Amino acid sequence: MKTFTYERARTPAEAAAAIARTPGARFIAGGTNLLDLMKLEIDTPAHLVDVNHIGLDQIAATPNGGLRIGALVRNTELAADATVRRGYGVLSRALLAGASAQLRNKATTAGNLLQRTRCPYFYDTNQACNKRQPGSGCAAIGGFTRGLAIIGHSDACLATHPSDMAVAMRALDAVVETVRAHGATRRIAIADFYRLPGNSPERDTNLAPGELITSVVLPPPVGGQHFYRKVRDRASYAFALVSVAAIVQQDGSGCVALGGVAHQPWRRQEADSALPQGARAAMAPAGGRQTD
Amino acid sequence: MPDTMPKNPVPSAPAIDRRTFIATSSGAVAATMLPGVSKAAGQSPSTSGAIPSAKTTLNVNGKQHHFDLDTRVTLLDALREHLHLTGTKKGCDHGQCGACTVLVGGRRINSCLSLAVMHDGDHVTTIEGLGTPDKLHAMQAAFVKHDGYQCGYCTPGQICSAVATLDEIKRGVPSHVTGDLNAAPLLSAEELRERMSGNICRCGAYSNIIDAITDVAGSRA
Repeated sequence: MKTFTYERARTPAEAAAAIARTPGARFIAGGTNLLDLMKLEIDTPAHLVDVNHIGLDQIAATPNGGLRIGALVRNTELAADATVRRGYGVLSRALLAGASAQLRNKATTAGNLLQRTRCPYFYDTNQACNKRQPGSGCAAIGGFTRGLAIIGHSDACLATHPSDMAVAMRALDAVVETVRAHGATRRIAIADFYRLPGNSPERDTNLAPGELITSVVLPPPVGGQHFYRKVRDRASYAFALVSVAAIVQQDGSGCVALGGVAHQPWRRQEADSALPQGARAAMAPAGGRQTD
Repeated sequence: MPDTMPKNPVPSAPAIDRRTFIATSSGAVAATMLPGVSKAAGQSPSTSGAIPSAKTTLNVNGKQHHFDLDTRVTLLDALREHLHLTGTKKGCDHGQCGACTVLVGGRRINSCLSLAVMHDGDHVTTIEGLGTPDKLHAMQAAFVKHDGYQCGYCTPGQICSAVATLDEIKRGVPSHVTGDLNAAPLLSAEELRERMSGNICRCGAYSNIIDAITDVAGSRA
């Protein structure tokens, strides 16, 4: 691991300011993904700003009946929260389908959204990877692509987003709240949060450099039956080959989002509209095609 | 088969165990490599100047310890290399095997994927803090009784994880296999298997591990 300096921030504003004034600085919360990447020297921050003590660890009702989830709420606490279990079952299910209990105890809500791809070519520093090293090429194209993107990929990148939680957040129309160094806050709909790889796969999200996620807001519960189904190589503790988050109302209407198949959690209006005609109809407009 | 045992063990065999041997040997190897290492370090601008460190206090198994640590030191390495609590094991060092599982504030985490400096003021419990050879923790005794291991390397992590598993069920934390999210989770073998999936055992002692945990859970119920 490369050397780095370390500081603890006490407020979100202090954390954002610390990142802005220090070149090569990164936020660290749970660290379960970042430290792994640092050990492999895929990520080599010069300075870490520890955001674990800035207070964003509460789950609270919003005035309109929704839920504001602090960026630092651990995956275990979020999955086990009584309000989440009652009104947002798809979120509990998605969280519990991911990682191990040890990792969920550490991993945070914002960190889960921001985790990097598990594309094996991204992880292998001997291979060309446009996401890890822009302009170096993509060794995954023509390589072992079984777990990689089948929708929305580009000639530069086949990476998928690995999060289960984000797929549920996409189905629930979550909104990501952020703060920047100069104090400006903004709200980003989850639909606009993740990017497609295009020609700049090094950028996973539309966050500005140094922008800090403060919370994720869910609209009021929509009812219906909540599902999260995940297909993986073993019964537990593996990333999705494909996953489906679905909320289905009694009349058959609802929404569906896919995980493990694209650079972002994948949801399309056409698929939601076709849901009353059944799962096969809903999947037809998804636009999947086989990679070579 | 006693007749195949050597009748006269070499009397002058030096008293050396594996840990001493490895420590001595790797020290010698490191010494021979030192000139090259220091030259490379001297040429690299990123390592010029002092290595960044930070003051940290950890409460480990009820005892306060003060450190001034290289910021890169993981909680796992602080426990093993600085406090010499070698019960906690380094397996994959990437959060994939669970051998390094310890309890922080009563919650299980992978100590390999956490920086020691981020745990300033935290209370850490390792396998050494759960019980002693004279007074085993109920889970340790159950692992012995049910033969919940073969080589034993993953065992400290398995036991810490098992203790936390029962606590999580008691607190009503659901799992991937919990049928009704709004009901109290069951103490079934299916639940225990799912909840222990972050601890890999290459010897495959899984069924005995589940028996051990079930035994402890039953005696508490």
